[in-house]
Amino acid sequence: MQGGVPGNDMKSWLNWKEMNQERIVLLIAILIFIVASFTLPGFFTPDNIVAIVRSVSVLGILALGMAIVVIGRGIDLSAVAIMAMSVAWYLQLLNDGMADGAAFLLVISGVLAIGLLNGFLVAYAEVPAIFVTLASGSFVFGYVRSQLIAQDAVPVPLGHWMQLFGGVRYFDIPVEVFIFAALAFLIFLFLRYTKWGRYVYFAGDNPVSARNAGMPVRPMLVLRYVISALIAFIAGLLTAASLHSINTRVVNSTLLYDIVLVAVIGGIGLSGGKGGVRNVLFGAALIGIMLNAMTIIDIPLIYQSLIKSSILLAAIIIDGFLNPRDEQTAQQGDI
Amino acid sequence: MKYLPTLLAAAAALSASFFATAPQAADDPSPAVYAEALKGKRIVLVPMAMGFDLAQGWTAILQREVDAFGGILETRDPNWSVEAGAQAITEVISSETKPDVLIIMSFDLNSYSKLMKRAQAEGIYVVLIDNPANFKPDAYVGSDWTQLGRLEAEAVVKGCGPNSSKKIGLVQGDQVNATSLYQYAGIMDVLAKYPDFQVVAKPDSNWDATTSRNVTTTMLQQNPDICGIIDFWDGDATGAAAAIRDAGKQDQVFLVTTGGGEKAADCDRIADGTYGAVVMTDLAQETHNMVAIIKYLLQSGQAPGTSSPFIYTLLKATTKENLRPDSCWDLKALQADVAAK
Repeated sequence: MQGGVPGNDMKSWLNWKEMNQERIVLLIAILIFIVASFTLPGFFTPDNIVAIVRSVSVLGILALGMAIVVIGRGIDLSAVAIMAMSVAWYLQLLNDGMADGAAFLLVISGVLAIGLLNGFLVAYAEVPAIFVTLASGSFVFGYVRSQLIAQDAVPVPLGHWMQLFGGVRYFDIPVEVFIFAALAFLIFLFLRYTKWGRYVYFAGDNPVSARNAGMPVRPMLVLRYVISALIAFIAGLLTAASLHSINTRVVNSTLLYDIVLVAVIGGIGLSGGKGGVRNVLFGAALIGIMLNAMTIIDIPLIYQSLIKSSILLAAIIIDGFLNPRDEQTAQQGDI
Repeated sequence: MKYLPTLLAAAAALSASFFATAPQAADDPSPAVYAEALKGKRIVLVPMAMGFDLAQGWTAILQREVDAFGGILETRDPNWSVEAGAQAITEVISSETKPDVLIIMSFDLNSYSKLMKRAQAEGIYVVLIDNPANFKPDAYVGSDWTQLGRLEAEAVVKGCGPNSSKKIGLVQGDQVNATSLYQYAGIMDVLAKYPDFQVVAKPDSNWDATTSRNVTTTMLQQNPDICGIIDFWDGDATGAAAAIRDAGKQDQVFLVTTGGGEKAADCDRIADGTYGAVVMTDLAQETHNMVAIIKYLLQSGQAPGTSSPFIYTLLKATTKENLRPDSCWDLKALQADVAAK
């Protein structure tokens, strides 16, 4: 529970002894931001800062869904498959001439069904989440790719609302930034102020005692996977709205690892019960600032990966030194 | 009209003599030789994935042609995974019904080299398509990627015009794929001839549209006066196009890319102004080149690995000015055509 309780007094924030991964990541992000602002021309401009936030919006949205699941001591490896394949199917239906409303209803029922299936298998069949979602992700990709769509890339039909939606700007800020912010706020409210949101932490920290205390642990588990699936669908819609097409190749990319990374690097422990929306935002900020700065310097992609992984590794090692694991801090199920 | 009877008589005499020789013409031994060499031959196509326009176009045309000579066409779908591709090739080579010809689209310069050598040692002809590799195939059929880069550079120089900022951005693929490396070399080759043109940034997209969008956004913010961008593949150039659209610079930035000339992917995008120019490979010609090479190899009697010709496909930069209804091929129509047979 410790990391999940906001409202830590600010004095302890910079105390060396109180350092944890979340703060280390934030400090590194701020450090890179300051150095880049002074050394890189065009970095510290409103346009570029908007571009940074936007570049991690979809990643951040997916990480929010992942965070809810991980805090409840689970993991959703089907997120990227659901994101790409649901939207690809939706666009294929539209391209085949189905009415928008009917296509949307059909696809969102499919998304709900997969979320429910994930949740049911984890909660009631008690299959480990990592296997359930790995399998369901492959199933979603394989089934949709082979049976429902014609090609890897499916374009948004000309003149469809998604094309216009992708171009929507308020104060020159792309719409996905607002949606990222809104979702982050909603999930913050859910985790912080609703009963079921608070229960997520208890269930993640110790499922057995949460259940003994009378919490509806299993239905809550199902709900989390459904939320994660729906969030993935939203992320997919935003991607397609911006690019005017969706390419299902993204399922084979490292996006899934990046999502887990954003959540974990921000300080959400894979063992569950820890962290919150704030951790996702910090993790996303670090990734966004790093990638943007390296693109401005024009560092080739292979070196970018190397630098990115080195910094992330450094953050984890520092955390390991400052907060060594022992019998008291280690939990069962810690990965 | 008085010559009519004479003409008729002449025609009759001619046809009589023609039909008289007809039985001899039927004795032409060539079709039998052809049939013996090709009938029942097994051709296996292993592209990088089956789900994109090039692979689907190749398959559709190959299917028609291989069916016509009585061969068997099989495909494997690695779905963009080098490991899955390597496994598919290994399995094909060691299977009981070995193929006679393997058509392979390699992921990069080296991954498949050993496997392809093994295939040749097993007596299988290897035709390398689209992506070059460090290996001597029985034929390479595909683009000359350096030349493709040159055409892209010429297109962007022309698209920018003499009165522009002359600043160009590149969105490369990656640093291992031959198509990306050679394209870059070709572009630089041409730009050396235009010293006042300058490459201001050259990030990689890793062939991903979202990454392409993000790096192009940054590129445009860092260099607001860029006049042209070359994105190395139409599969991710939708991202660069989105960034240009978001910046409201469709009229200022001339976007050049390359693709297989599929209608929805290329020509429709040229028509609506998303792409300024697309350097296209003529897919139908490329596939028919493969067919000709297969027919040649199977009749040649030569051992696999004997010769290693390059059969480059004709490349052309298509713009709004030279766009014609037949500039592109239509995947839907082609597939419907094959399905109907």
